[in-house]
Amino acid sequence: MVEERYIFEIKDFSIYYGDFMAVKNITLNIESNKITAIIGPSGCGKSTLLRSLNRMNDLIIISHVEGHVLYRGTDIYQHDTDVIELRKRVGMVFQKPNPFPSSVYENVAYGPRIRGIKKKFQLDEIVENALVRADLWKEVKDKLNESGMSLSGGQMQRLCIARSLAQEPEVLLFDEPTSALDPISTANIENLLQELQKTVTIVIVTHNMQQAARISNCTAFMYLGEMVEFGLTDNIFVNPQNKLTEEYITGRFG
Amino acid sequence: MAIFDEELRELRERVLKLGIMVENAIRDSVKALVERDSELAREVIRRDHLVNAQDVAIDLECIRLLALRQPMGSDLRFITTAMKITTDLERMGDLAGNIAERALELNEEPQLKPFVNIPKMAEIAQAMVKDTLDAFVAGCSSLPYEVIRKDDEVDDLTVKNFEELLGLMLQDPKIIPLAIKRTYIAKYLERIADHATNIAEMVIYMCKGEMIRHTTIEE
Repeated sequence: MVEERYIFEIKDFSIYYGDFMAVKNITLNIESNKITAIIGPSGCGKSTLLRSLNRMNDLIIISHVEGHVLYRGTDIYQHDTDVIELRKRVGMVFQKPNPFPSSVYENVAYGPRIRGIKKKFQLDEIVENALVRADLWKEVKDKLNESGMSLSGGQMQRLCIARSLAQEPEVLLFDEPTSALDPISTANIENLLQELQKTVTIVIVTHNMQQAARISNCTAFMYLGEMVEFGLTDNIFVNPQNKLTEEYITGRFG
Repeated sequence: MAIFDEELRELRERVLKLGIMVENAIRDSVKALVERDSELAREVIRRDHLVNAQDVAIDLECIRLLALRQPMGSDLRFITTAMKITTDLERMGDLAGNIAERALELNEEPQLKPFVNIPKMAEIAQAMVKDTLDAFVAGCSSLPYEVIRKDDEVDDLTVKNFEELLGLMLQDPKIIPLAIKRTYIAKYLERIADHATNIAEMVIYMCKGEMIRHTTIEE
């Protein structure tokens, strides 16, 4: 299959919570196998936009959307979208590590198991693969049967990444994945994201501008629900074109 | 005012102070030459260590700000520009010192002829330094572009000065040692103007984010 340049094409897209317009008429393309960072002050709509990419916002009853989000050319907001399948291909990792209250092994095997893989040797292979890709295998290979909750914060977060990888996603969405972690665990996750980027498209919401600068290829700056500026990370942090972006990245906002 | 803004203001003032020291060194070195004032020439040479110390202090402060404040956008461009232009300013200070050294030597000898080209060159070069620093402090304007254009005037005077002296040397080979020192001085001033051009180019980068070094400016 020929890789499209843009895995997501977001067109004139708005998200409402009841009457409140949280995301305003955004148009944005997300490149395949790149890391795209979304930055902006609290309440700017960046997490809302991120969650719309695998329709996590559906879980909020009062929300509705206008416009289009094309995933590999198909609008995911069409009525006949298989949302379960979409979320398998577009996974999400959250701010606080949230492993299931079960063993390390079961955390990773859960997804493959519910999609019908039962043979032990197959599951073993998937679990090992996912843990290796999440750079956690060496640390947990001797405690696969221990509780996932017994790991350190950084390990738990990598376990959650492994759990997503076991579904063989094409895109991983990260919502502040390191804001609860210490600098070493943060560096581990950042290195991991850059490694994963070779095989998975990554979209990350972060309050940490240095993190966006360190790891992303493209950066979007949002403010009050609008996309203020979007461009190559190199340009956004060295020579932003918009005054609001400049004020935000230099810490002179508001 | 936020601490970081205060630090940036102090950095700007330090660069400006260094610039003024260098401007004075250029002015005094040429004055020592034209007015045959060897005491002033020695003074310029003595003062050079102050320029060097300020250069080092500014570099260290820039490194500290990069590490601790992790600047972005215009702040990043300002600090990296400050770091680069202090190197140029320090080199200009060295060249003013070289002019003072030649002045000391020439002042020991009878005057070949009154200075015409060199004071002109010095005046332009000094104005270039002043204008680049004004542009650095005041931010975006047409000033740095004007500085870059002025560099051609200094280059032309360097050639003119050399040709005149060459004519004199051909007529009377005995004056060659003195004439060569005069060509050196012109060359030092020409280099000073080049450093001013570098600074002007960095100020344009600071303002616009465009790196125009080693390119030709469109008229």
